[in-house]
Amino acid sequence: MEFLNSFILITNYIIIPGLTYGSQLALGALGITIVYTVLRFSNFAHGEFMSFGTMSTILLTWVFIDSNIKFGTFPTAIIVLPFSIIFTIIYCLLVDKFVFKFYRQQKSKSVIALIVSIGVMFFTGGLIRFIIGPGDKNFMDGERFILKAKDFKMLTGLDEGLTIKSTQGVTIILTILLVILLFWFLNKTKTGKSMRAYSDNQELALLSGINPERIVLITWIITGTLACVAGTLYGLDKSYKPFTYLHLVLPIFAAAIVGGVGNPIGAIIGGFVISFSELLITFAYKKIFFYILPDNFLPDGLFQILSTDYKIAVSFIILLLVLLIKPTGIYKGKIIE
Amino acid sequence: MQDKQHIILLFLSMFILIAFVGFFQSWNLALTIFNLCMISSIMSLGINIQWGNAGIVNFGVMGFAALGGLANIIVSMPPTAKAWDAGAIYILIGIIIFILSIIFSILVWLKSGRSKKNKYIINFFLIILGYFLMRYIIDNPIKEIEAIEPAKTGYLGGLDLPVIISWPIGGLLAALIAYVIGKISLGLRSDYLAIATLGISEIIIYILKNEDWLSRGVKNVNGLPRPVPYEIDLQSEAWVLELTKFFNIPISEISSIIVKLSYSCIFFVILIGILLLLEIAQKSPWGRMMRAIRDNEVSANAMGKDIKTRHLQVFVIGSAIIGIAGAMLTTLDGQFTPVTYQPLRFTFLIWIMVIIGGSGNNFGSIIGGFLIWYFWVQSEPLGLWFISQITTHISDTNIIKSHLLENAAHIRLMFMGMILLITLRFAPKGLIPEVKR
Repeated sequence: MEFLNSFILITNYIIIPGLTYGSQLALGALGITIVYTVLRFSNFAHGEFMSFGTMSTILLTWVFIDSNIKFGTFPTAIIVLPFSIIFTIIYCLLVDKFVFKFYRQQKSKSVIALIVSIGVMFFTGGLIRFIIGPGDKNFMDGERFILKAKDFKMLTGLDEGLTIKSTQGVTIILTILLVILLFWFLNKTKTGKSMRAYSDNQELALLSGINPERIVLITWIITGTLACVAGTLYGLDKSYKPFTYLHLVLPIFAAAIVGGVGNPIGAIIGGFVISFSELLITFAYKKIFFYILPDNFLPDGLFQILSTDYKIAVSFIILLLVLLIKPTGIYKGKIIE
Repeated sequence: MQDKQHIILLFLSMFILIAFVGFFQSWNLALTIFNLCMISSIMSLGINIQWGNAGIVNFGVMGFAALGGLANIIVSMPPTAKAWDAGAIYILIGIIIFILSIIFSILVWLKSGRSKKNKYIINFFLIILGYFLMRYIIDNPIKEIEAIEPAKTGYLGGLDLPVIISWPIGGLLAALIAYVIGKISLGLRSDYLAIATLGISEIIIYILKNEDWLSRGVKNVNGLPRPVPYEIDLQSEAWVLELTKFFNIPISEISSIIVKLSYSCIFFVILIGILLLLEIAQKSPWGRMMRAIRDNEVSANAMGKDIKTRHLQVFVIGSAIIGIAGAMLTTLDGQFTPVTYQPLRFTFLIWIMVIIGGSGNNFGSIIGGFLIWYFWVQSEPLGLWFISQITTHISDTNIIKSHLLENAAHIRLMFMGMILLITLRFAPKGLIPEVKR
């Protein structure tokens, strides 16, 4: 019984939040990785693209709620997601047309494109704050919990409760669906294959008749979709604030690099590595020892490796360690000079 | 000759812009902007020597500036006597043990070579061991120190020295940390280096926010001493009263103008000093070598230049300059508030300054610092004015109008982004391009 209790404790505080946050990071990291491999620069504006997607979702959710369109206990935000994805894609394409395209044609160094993406980040951030304001927005409606702690205790008779929020469930399911779709697209369709060919060797791809503009278009469609979904899921789970998305860029970059930049599987693995290590390192293990150890062995102290204030710093520390020991990441990624 | 006229013209128009603030808003505000412009310029000089001369992407400005701020506390605040009784020495011992464990594990790593598979595990355990040993030693003293009058002190305090000493110390502290960071991460490619330095600067801020025994964390350190007289003391001086009568403005305003002017003088001397040193460095053989490395690493290496060491050198120098500027900023504010360190304001804005001014040109960085800081401050009222102009025909009760007016302040982010994008697209060399030598 004690072991069951501690297992539920770990599930409740580490496994489920880890899977949720990891999925959000993985979706974000996928977006960064795809832009990096195909368009060959580190896109610092990705966090703001996510924020833009979330903003469109929030605005559409308000429209839907105002006109009384409801879908039972299902969160409205998920219903409007297809529309906000379209908005995000349009925004990404506009940015590409007016900003990034020039540097691609000039064949500028990737550092220049990186600095350009910072300009885009500033502009988008300002635009978002101008449209929706800098405040906190909660746009979650419908049923809040899939499983409540009380019900779980009643059901199993254990001391520890297990809670699954509906945002957590939705995040994990949507991520699995999107990732399956993405991998099917990249590996099985002709367009996906030509995209991979283009990212491997641009000249050779051009020679074999692949239209680069079409590849770029599809890249931004995928990036916009991923950014919008990742941003919305993060906002649903933690409440939306434009400011937080700027700080989200670094953990996402960390996830992409830890997994190996340019490798989609790596991005997903990296997301989970970051999220679980954040939780494992800042978790207070006292309660688990309380169940496992006999009473008189129980020492005092929280058994925390680092205090929870350092949660996000953990991802940077892991990023640094990976950059030092194995700059190519867990799965060998691409290195673009 | 054309170049010199161009530069003088730019600086003149900058001073006219600041004078505008003085005439139309207030001279107090104009001097505040002027002081912060100078600090921003020093920071962008630091980035310019790294990016413009050596091609190193340092996104860690925020961290180095905060280290400079920390130097203010360490140097100038009075020590908390009880904290030293409570075992502050144990904290130092603990940290030294942790650092030793890291050094030891690095030595083991280097000795074990490529062959040994379990070197990861050995190193992991060495560092974990060092970490828990440190925690075991320092946890209790920290608790005790943070419990000493938490509303007032609750931290180690400083050395009670004149605050102006903290500026070079801030530079030294930043240089020390930059040396470690540079050793670790300068081998990385530019994108990775950018992300790594950004990450490290965030870690520095997290430490300053949470280690209350060191910097009081989010409780802030207030009342840092000043290198210039206080307004209250000035108000009783005879010559200040004379000035009040002469200019016919309230005494509170004239005293604060005097204080700001004295800051301006000190900052100006430092700015000119750093500028002169950097100009000499750029013209010297050393500067030529740095540019050669920037433009073609392979051939510079073939000529026998030690690229790694040179990069490390320039990284340390640039970071030290940023550290000095950070220390000056904290002294000017009179308080150390870790929460205010945001990458947008401290890292990316400085980068915009360097790019707009013209990377590779020191005068360019200074004009960039002045111009961007000026518009960063002034675009808030400008944005408000602009919005209220275009919405004059809409009635005041309209929701859209009130919403627009409420969020007008955020136009400045858009504005900054636009300036950066337009410069990069149409004038990638900036306002004052790099001198061809």
